[in-house]
Amino acid sequence: MALLEIRNATRRFGRFAALEDVSLTIESGEFFTLLGPSGCGKTTLLRMIAGFEKPDAGQILLDGRDLAGIPPEKRPVHTVFQSYALFPHMTAFDNIAFPLKMGKRPEREIRERVSRALGDVHLLDKADAYPKDLSGGEQQRVALARGLINRPRLLLLDECLAALDAKLRVEMQIELIDLQKELGITFVFVTHAQDEALALSHRIAILNHGRVEQVGEPSSVYGFPKNRFVADFIGHISQVEACVKESTHTHLRLEAQGLEIIAPPLKSAAAGEKGIFAIRPEQVRIGHDELSELRNHFAGTVVSVLYRGDVSEYKVGLEGGASIEALLPNTGRAFCVNDKVCVGWRHDVGMYLHE
Amino acid sequence: MHRLWAASVFLFLYLPLVVVVVYSFNDSRLNAEWVGFTLGWYRELLRDGDMLKAAGNSLAVAFISSLISTLLGTMAGIAIQRYRLRFLNFLVMAPVAMPEILVGVSLLLFYIQLMDMSLGMLTVVLAHVAFSVGFVAVVVRVSVASLDERLFEAARDLGASPFEVFRRITFPLILPGIIAGFLMAFTLSIDDFVITFFTAGVGFQTLPLRIYSMIKISVTPEVNAVSTLLMMLTLFLTLVAMRLAPDALKGKA
Repeated sequence: MALLEIRNATRRFGRFAALEDVSLTIESGEFFTLLGPSGCGKTTLLRMIAGFEKPDAGQILLDGRDLAGIPPEKRPVHTVFQSYALFPHMTAFDNIAFPLKMGKRPEREIRERVSRALGDVHLLDKADAYPKDLSGGEQQRVALARGLINRPRLLLLDECLAALDAKLRVEMQIELIDLQKELGITFVFVTHAQDEALALSHRIAILNHGRVEQVGEPSSVYGFPKNRFVADFIGHISQVEACVKESTHTHLRLEAQGLEIIAPPLKSAAAGEKGIFAIRPEQVRIGHDELSELRNHFAGTVVSVLYRGDVSEYKVGLEGGASIEALLPNTGRAFCVNDKVCVGWRHDVGMYLHE
Repeated sequence: MHRLWAASVFLFLYLPLVVVVVYSFNDSRLNAEWVGFTLGWYRELLRDGDMLKAAGNSLAVAFISSLISTLLGTMAGIAIQRYRLRFLNFLVMAPVAMPEILVGVSLLLFYIQLMDMSLGMLTVVLAHVAFSVGFVAVVVRVSVASLDERLFEAARDLGASPFEVFRRITFPLILPGIIAGFLMAFTLSIDDFVITFFTAGVGFQTLPLRIYSMIKISVTPEVNAVSTLLMMLTLFLTLVAMRLAPDALKGKA
């Protein structure tokens, strides 16, 4: 049985639909991420699971039990808030002890468990510090320890890494993964940062305008986006308008702004329909004549170069008006703006997406 | 030039107060010229039975009325902020803006004609509660507003019932505001004249009423002495209140 089951949850604020018929199943022990742009409904869904919002329609089941009518304090679900929401008048120790005190645990047990938790998040020396005297990363770790101390069935994390600087964020990402693995507690993580979602999650649900666009493992939502929105939202992708000329079980032949492209097969694509050809920059190679052995290769001109240190991002304008992005490690040859180049990719990469 | 203006404004504000304080130590029955230093007027004050009784009444009224208005004002302040009750806000705040003379007269009519009450300490206490509840509510509302609402949600989320949230989160965090509200109510009550005048009746006297009845005859240095003490008390309470709830009293509401 799934740990958490969301069945057809709908929530409207006036005429605005924050969630529209959302159904999701989250398994025990999973690191599950709700990903989407702001206003997509991910936070509403999180607040529903925590018990701060009621669905207008639909059900939320935890361990098969309907959560309707159960107030937040009675749910075995804890939240790490975006702003951490640490209690300013309590020390780090008392903040972490709070859920245990509410659970009326004996004093000795509280002391032992909180000390252990402080050790787990490397804050033993900060036990008596107040939140205002802790750094952002330390506050974050106190909030995490507080959310986990009572061993909830489910820990909800609301954009909780967003406030940290880039380096600390990567550190915390690794700590989160380790912690989750170690405790085996199910995490539901909300973020709008696709790189974070890809790095952390076992599975990702991509939300847009209150609807689930796609659910899957990071490699499948990145590699096989179901539609234009998902393709565009996760990672970089070049898109060219395309018309299907031929659809077989081995390949698609597309006509895209004057180019003939061979793409992987798609059963639902019918000859004559219009859509989009999309390809990730790291799948595109850039060079000169040596690319002519590739089935898809086209001449073009470098339009722009973004130097990123380890890699460079090239934008190449092709004859016919399409433009394609390519990502190249800065190990060998580099190209400059206005260079005449050739771009190419294998016939089994890239994808055709319905309009 | 504008410094001169500012100086003269402050002079106008504070010079009379300074004169009262200085002449309370003057060894002369007349407030005319400085004769010499004495604590005699303060000694006389301590022997003045009527004056001490009035002071006792004032302290009792101030203490009881500000306790009640703190309780009610705190509840109102929290409710207004948490549930965005604009109408309650208006109801609580209106008496603050009302002219005191109007409040005094209408309370008098209310007590005598509608309730058939005899005037005395009870009617004064009720009147003081009525005008100070609004002040407490404002101060408390501002301290509730300064809290991150996520704190309440976080506490619920971590297993606290609504009552526990109030006891362990809301109350400790707004306590400085509540104390500041209490001190304000106390200060307002102890030196109130107009409303007290209308609601006290003949048998009951507070310190401001007593001082007023004394200066009807003449301004003796004893009045200066008692005024100085009253000034010290209210100044002290105001300073404590400002320390406790700086935002509320600096008008950042």
